[in-house]
Parts: sequence; C-alpha cells; structure tokens
Amino acid sequence: MPQKLHAPLIKVQDLLVGYGSFILMRDVCFQVNAGDIFFITGGSGCGKSTLLKVLMGLKPPSQGHIWYGQDDFWASPIQIRNKIKRNTGVLFQSGALWSSMTLAQNVALPLQQYTTLSDDAIYELAKLKLALAGLAGFEDYYPSEISGGMRKRAGLARALALDPQILFLDEPSAGLDPVSSRHLDDLILELRDTLETTFVIVSHELDSIFAIANNSIFLDNQTRTIQAKGDPKVLRNDPNTPLCALNFLTRGAAAKQATT
Amino acid sequence: MNQPPLSVTCTHIGQELTVTLGGSWHLGAPKPPSYEEALNTLATGELSKLTLQAPQLETWDSSLLVFLVQLVRIAKTRHIPINEQLPVGLQRLLTLAFEVKEQQGAKRSSHGENFFAQVGDKVIHFFPALCDLLLFLGQVVTALWHLFLGRATMRRQDFIACIHECSLQALPIVSITNLLFGLILAFVGAVQLTQFGVQVYVAGLVGIGMLRVMGAVMVGIVMAGRVGASYAALIGTMQVNEEVDALLSFGFSPVEFLVLPRMLALALMVPLLTIYADMMGILGGYLVGTLLLDLNPLEYLNATANMVDFKHGLIGLVYATMFGIVIAISGCYHGIRCGRSAQAVGIATTTAVVHSIVGIIVMTAIITIICNALGI
Repeated sequence: MPQKLHAPLIKVQDLLVGYGSFILMRDVCFQVNAGDIFFITGGSGCGKSTLLKVLMGLKPPSQGHIWYGQDDFWASPIQIRNKIKRNTGVLFQSGALWSSMTLAQNVALPLQQYTTLSDDAIYELAKLKLALAGLAGFEDYYPSEISGGMRKRAGLARALALDPQILFLDEPSAGLDPVSSRHLDDLILELRDTLETTFVIVSHELDSIFAIANNSIFLDNQTRTIQAKGDPKVLRNDPNTPLCALNFLTRGAAAKQATT
Repeated sequence: MNQPPLSVTCTHIGQELTVTLGGSWHLGAPKPPSYEEALNTLATGELSKLTLQAPQLETWDSSLLVFLVQLVRIAKTRHIPINEQLPVGLQRLLTLAFEVKEQQGAKRSSHGENFFAQVGDKVIHFFPALCDLLLFLGQVVTALWHLFLGRATMRRQDFIACIHECSLQALPIVSITNLLFGLILAFVGAVQLTQFGVQVYVAGLVGIGMLRVMGAVMVGIVMAGRVGASYAALIGTMQVNEEVDALLSFGFSPVEFLVLPRMLALALMVPLLTIYADMMGILGGYLVGTLLLDLNPLEYLNATANMVDFKHGLIGLVYATMFGIVIAISGCYHGIRCGRSAQAVGIATTTAVVHSIVGIIVMTAIITIICNALGI
C-alpha cells in the first residue's frame, strides 16, 4: 500500500557506525519522508556507502536505531527485517547482477520468490521492467555480455522488480556519460512521480544532486558526522551552512572566497 | 644530456651547520659520503642552528625531499632552529610533509611480528573462527529444515547445474584416477602374494580396498580439487562483485540459495561416483591380474565376487556421502566468508581445498574407528 506522501518513512536515530574499534561516523540522525529523493553526500571515504549498507540491512550499526515506520529494523526479528527488505530495492555501485543468469532471469528471480504469478506473467513483467530501464531486447543477454552502464540499468530494473516503496541507489551515475546520467535522473523523477517511490541515493555528482534532490545530508570525513542537512539548493545559498559542506556544494568556490 | 651529480656540502662553523644541496637529484642516483655525514653531524653535533640552502640545485625529485624530511625531523627532535633557503616548490612540499595530519584512528595499530605474538594471535582468533563455522553449520541445518518444509529459496535449475558439474563432468578424471589406482593396488599386492602363489587374492585385495574405502577417498580428493575449489572461487567472486549482498538485499538466504544446492548435489553424486570409481578400480585390478599375473578372467571375477562382501560397498557409500558433505561445506564456507579482493578469492580457494582434504582424512579415520569398534 503506498504511503501517504511526505509521511516519515525512515527515521535514523543516534547512529554510530564503524569497523571494529574504528569509528566511521557518529551521532547520525535524519529522517526520510515518503516521496523524497534523498541524497547522502560528502567527500570520498566519509562513509556514504557504509551508511547505505546499514540502512539496507547489510551491516549492523555499532549503536543507534533505524526505524522503518513503527519497526526498529535492527531490533526486529529476521521475519520482520525480511518483510522490510521486500519493500526496498537496491541498485549496487557495480550493478551486482547475478552473473549466472540472464537479465530477464535476474529481474524475474525476486518475482518468482515473492509472488504467485505464472512464469509467462513473470517473464512479461521482467521484460517491462527492463524496457523501463531502456534495455528492451536485451532480456536474454548475460551480464558479462553488456556494458557497465547497461549493467547498472539492468540493476535498476531488478531493483524495481517488486515495485518497492523505497529504492536505495549507490552511486548510480558513477561511470556513466553525462547524457546517460541525465536520463537516469529523469527516470528517477518519473518513478517518483508515477509510482511514488522514495529514493535514498548515495552520490557526489553535484549535477544530479541539484537536478533532482529535495532533501540531503552532508557527511564530513574530518568530524565524522553530519555537517548539514536539508534541500541542497537551499543549503548552497544559506550563509549558516558549515564551510566544509558549502565548499563541497559550490565545488570549492566557498573555500576560495573565504581565503581571498 | 649529462646531468651534474647530486652534491651535499656540510659546513660546520661554531654551533651552526649549513647543508648546501646541488646538482641533479633523482631516485636512482648514488649518494656521496657527505649525505650520511650531514645526517650524523645533525644527530650528534653540538648545534644551535641548521641552515638549508640550494643555490646550485638543477633538477630534483622525491629523493631530495626524503633527505630534507630526515634532516628537518632530526632538527625538530633536537629543537634546533632551521633557516630554510630553499626553492619555493621544495619548501611547499616540505611544509606539506609535516603539516598534513593523519586521520585520527585511521592508522592500524602495529601488532607484534615475533613468533610468540603470531602464535598468540592465532590462538585468540581460533575460538571466534570456530564459533563462526558452527554458526554456518547451524545455518545449513536451518536451510535443510526449510527445504524439508518446502520453504527454501533453492532454485531447481541451480541444483540441476550443480548435479551436472559434479557428476557427468567429473567422469573422465574419476575414471582415469581410479583405473590407475586399481592397477597400483594390484601391483603392490602382487609383489607379496605371488611369493606364496596366491595371486588370485589380488582380486580380493583390490575389490575390498576399492569398495570399502579407497574408491571413496580417491573420488573425495578429486572432487575436493575439482568441485570444492570451484565452489569457493565462484561464491568468493560473487562476494567480491556484491552478488551475495544483492541476494541479502532481497531477503534471500545465501545459504539456501548457494550452499544448499551444492551440498545436496555433492552428497548425492559423490556416492554414485564412488560406485563408478569402484568399478574402474576393479577393472584396473582385473587388467593386472589377467594380463600380468596370468589369472583366468573368469577366475578373477569369481574370486572378486566371493571375497568382496556387500557390506564393504555400503560402508564405502557412507564414507562417500560424508566426504561429499565435507567438501561442499568447506568450499561454500570459505566462499561465503571470502574477503572482497582477488587475493582473498585465491586464499579462499586454496584454504577450501586444503580443509576438504584434511576433512576427508579425519572423516576416514573417524568412520574407520567406528566400523572397527562395531566389528563391521
């Protein structure tokens, strides 16, 4: 059932993430609302992808809570966690398609596992999802037979297989040419408007961020926490935005201005 | 074009040391004795000032920077003021070398490299590793229970592909190894038995040896190298490519999806391959017996049928089933727990094969002791 637009969908409270004794980020608090195109951004190595893994349920946090509606994800039993996962789709940085299956089989697998549709209906649906991602006619290709950009789009088609309420995208534009990147942005906007899908995107592509984001957090690798949050277009023009975030959002222009 | 060699001139006047750098500095250039002399004088001399200058410097690279960093570090440690009269670019790099702070907590804590520290490290990590293996075994048992209830996410196509990989595709290598092993067993036996004129007992030796244990052991070792390694490499590569994460992101269990079909395929196919391997081994013994020991073909087959009890074949199948499970668990466990680099895949593959073979030998010993205790 689609959530009411702008209702809180994911709530992150006092999250502490690390590897062993190494703390990657602390005091992470933010909220993603239904229908948001939410960007997690920041410099290289600040822990964006790790935070996404924690949100997706692939890595437990050291401390803190992630609420999906009324459910505290990491405190819930595995059945509830799997139920939440079924409502989410993931596009990995490399596509992460299952290499032993064709593109259609990749998209069809979640449908086979979680629906009672006939094989024919599943194949038709898989074709439709691939066409939506611009891969009509490539149903019977294996991941090794297509380009990196196509793999990424096939990954998006697979992430859309179960019509998820939330889509997590890890660096969706990385490795894509500017035109493909813009097409992907358009596709994200279209999916948000038509299917009311909420997007949580890890990226540092400023063009995409300013083109489609309506909410964001900026992670800083010096302080290892969130330095700024809100609409990036507003943050860019807000004099109260911390310099490191401003510097990032203005491609370093803020730092140059501050030193002259 | 000939470049002037690098030069280091030390001038020690009173309590002031002046180091003058010149010539062309590149990483492969031989260093003059004054290079070490400058470092030693700075480290041990009674000094109140260090002057660095480079009026005749031609070209330079990181080798010069390394030298300057050493000098500046010693001077800073000994609280000797530095008067830098260096080119601007060099000064900037030198400032950068000392001013860029490392990220707090980023540096790895250095572990003791000595023998005892390494042994201690292994002991400390042994029990968590054992617990992890037990956790994995628990997941496998849960997956089997889900399969029994019809709720497992194992795909039929994957199971059939695994059956194909560890049965038909393995036939040629199983044939050749077991045929030759039967030949070897017959030859070894014949050396003693011909002395007593009872060559016909070669048939019993080969038949019982192959059926009871050796057929299964040979198949186990071949399958550990062939299939166990491929499972570890395949699942390890899936781990590197985030394919396992993709399974988890949909709420699929990697154990049900990847381990279960492989374990079932091996547990079913290794016993069948063992029956085939036993026949190939007996064929090897038959060739030696009839062609080299001058035994009558019918006599050899008759002796095999009389001396080899059916129970030996059944015990052989118990060995084979256990070996299949050991190989699958070892291959899949090391694949699932593989790190995220090409090197990690290599390590996972090697470890999977080694552990499979050790597991086969340990399992052989356990079953043999049990059979002996039960008198079968």
